[in-house]
Amino acid sequence: MEKVDLSNIRPYGDRLNDGMVELSFTFPIPPSAEAKEAARKYVEQLGFKEANVVWMEGMGEAFTFFVVYAKSEKAIDMRTVRVPKIKYPIMDYKTLTAFMERVLTRPLVVVGACTGSDAHTVGIDAIFNMKGYNMDYGLERYPLFKAINLRAQVDNRDLVKKAVELGADAILVSQIVTQRNVHVENLKELKRIIERTKGLKPHLIKIVGGPRIDHAFARKIGFDAGFGPGTLPSHVASYIVHEYLRRVKRAPKGRATGGLCRG
Amino acid sequence: MKRATVLNKLAIDWDVVARCRELAREITNPIQRYIDAHSTVSIERAVLRAYGIEDAYEGMPLVNLIVDSLPKEALSRGISYWFGRALVATQMEPEELAFAIASGKVSFDKLPHVPFSAIRRRIMPLAKRAISKIEAARRRREHLIEKYGQSEKYPLKYLIVATGNIYEDVEQAKAAVLAGADIIAVIRHTAQSLLDYVPHGITTEGFGGTYATQANFRIMRKALDELGKKVGRYIRLTNYASGLCMSEIAIMGAYENLDILLNDAMYGILFRDINMKRTFIDQFFSRMIMARAGMIINTGEDNYLTTADAYEKAHTVIVSQFINERLALNAGLAPEQIGLGHAFEMNPKIEDGFLYELAQAELVRELFPKSPVKYMPPTKYMTGDIFFGNVQDAMFNMVGIMTNQSIQLLGIPTEAIHNPFLQDRHFALKNANYIFNNARHLSEEIMFVPNGKIVRRARQVLSEVLKTLEKVKRDGLMKSIEKGVFADVSRGENDGRGLSGVFEKGRDYFNPIEDMLR
Repeated sequence: MEKVDLSNIRPYGDRLNDGMVELSFTFPIPPSAEAKEAARKYVEQLGFKEANVVWMEGMGEAFTFFVVYAKSEKAIDMRTVRVPKIKYPIMDYKTLTAFMERVLTRPLVVVGACTGSDAHTVGIDAIFNMKGYNMDYGLERYPLFKAINLRAQVDNRDLVKKAVELGADAILVSQIVTQRNVHVENLKELKRIIERTKGLKPHLIKIVGGPRIDHAFARKIGFDAGFGPGTLPSHVASYIVHEYLRRVKRAPKGRATGGLCRG
Repeated sequence: MKRATVLNKLAIDWDVVARCRELAREITNPIQRYIDAHSTVSIERAVLRAYGIEDAYEGMPLVNLIVDSLPKEALSRGISYWFGRALVATQMEPEELAFAIASGKVSFDKLPHVPFSAIRRRIMPLAKRAISKIEAARRRREHLIEKYGQSEKYPLKYLIVATGNIYEDVEQAKAAVLAGADIIAVIRHTAQSLLDYVPHGITTEGFGGTYATQANFRIMRKALDELGKKVGRYIRLTNYASGLCMSEIAIMGAYENLDILLNDAMYGILFRDINMKRTFIDQFFSRMIMARAGMIINTGEDNYLTTADAYEKAHTVIVSQFINERLALNAGLAPEQIGLGHAFEMNPKIEDGFLYELAQAELVRELFPKSPVKYMPPTKYMTGDIFFGNVQDAMFNMVGIMTNQSIQLLGIPTEAIHNPFLQDRHFALKNANYIFNNARHLSEEIMFVPNGKIVRRARQVLSEVLKTLEKVKRDGLMKSIEKGVFADVSRGENDGRGLSGVFEKGRDYFNPIEDMLR
């Protein structure tokens, strides 16, 4: 095979740089020869070449679905792509527990909740519950975390109040419902409340998680870290411990077991 | 709904099952005694709704304004007493009086004395009219099924619409019905379950769904009736009688001819942090209404498996089904109306996972042969990989047809991504249509190896069900919920939302709707 040129990356169909892409979409019109041609032209208007409508199917009376293959001549220069990442060593439950016992003088307090109208506790539970997720224990299991899960539909003010009351070192907010960006407004509100509230730890670590969340998004709206799908409790735990140590400026060397997290 | 053909394929020990049902009765007896002695603000509001008070005043439902204007001590006589007394004293019509109370023109604490016999005489015709309206819902449904026909092919295909705009929901429902959907569920606005009132009017901009309102119910019912006529099968409409307003939604649902309401005795406690006393009392009254209206309830055990592990905690689903069944029977629902819920939620990486799902689904089917069991699709292990997701949904559909489930909530490949696109729903239906048709009579052709993996798994789950029920019996249901037996979630007896809306019925408590529904 020809060598991959990182300055010129194109989609791979069945050979290097063929630029083949599959698309599927719906038009709000009934199927017809004209509808099919319209779909082909539409894809070419998107900048694709050699668009081939391989499937057209009517749905109900007023809609048509298409599957289209097309070729793109556009390329991307991988060398210019930058993604913000959280850099910290990932440790598994046993290693991190031993590490915490060595470097901490007290348990770290972590308060978590789904705030706003969000009723879905699946994410926050996976990170907090004893049992954890995918054979990875949750924060409640760690002897040196005092982990409090307030669960769903918690008011932002109540979360912050609780964080003051318990002297939280980190707060963890889960946002699953992201339709029409409700989560953005909600997280911004939380940020404002945190800024206006007295009595929070100065090193308070603000974390957000959810299926549509990533680190770059979290940073953009003023949080310290964002965790997306596939995050295990030990990822969050490792981050909290190392970020805490960094913030209180006594970070001894820990032995990582899982390489650097890609956030 | 026609009953599924159920064969005995798992060599179930029926003595164990009888013992489970006996335990469910013993577990729910003290709960039922508690329920019988109490009422809630939501039940009293439902009673007013039954009398025809459905409007709002300055954005707030009249029924809330009326019930809230009474101190709780007074409420122990029941809203029917007070409303009846005000009707007699003012000589107004119910709706006129409702507005007068809401605007402060009439106040309960300034009413003259009225003999109880006069109150009764004024209220009873309203109550009787309410009951006949509830009963009419059942007759109307039967009539339309006769007229349009209905799908006799099981599982019935249940599709959700969730655009947040009821008119857009109608468009999506139309496309789904034309592609084979039998049941349309209109998803509710996020967090409606936590509102201690039922919003009023038409929703065109909801988050995650539309509000369950009487106006929205009407719009979708009308659309589905027109579609039913067109496609030659009655299309069932589903909404949610869960949260803080179970009874009110039940009465609205009955009046607007809904067919199925999501209604679980414990779901609100576990997943919405609603106080357990409030929920137990509310679910009972709401179920009495649904029983009379001939509606089907759908319980929410599938949700347990989104927080607890589906393989390890499979038995807790069935434990809850036994409890839900008993509480539903207490409320007068017939077994044919008790649509127990469960789900296909095991980790797809488990070796033989399909066999365990099959064992679980067959076990639920055989334990509850008359129940219009509702089978829920994979959600927990759905990812952004829509191609693999489509295969997961296919496996789920295969179990559904192989085990004769009654209602199949069709899985959608974009489950973990966004509200279903119109095309996503179409593919869910195409998947199900193919598998259900292609394997239509498979369940009648297969037996399981005696003492094989499937039979042994079912036996193991059932023995854990018995053990857990015994433990719940020892600890009491409320304590067991506190210990996190269900869904790995713990709730305290006096925690959660809505406890302040619970009150003890006085010796002179008057609620003719309840009397007539019992």
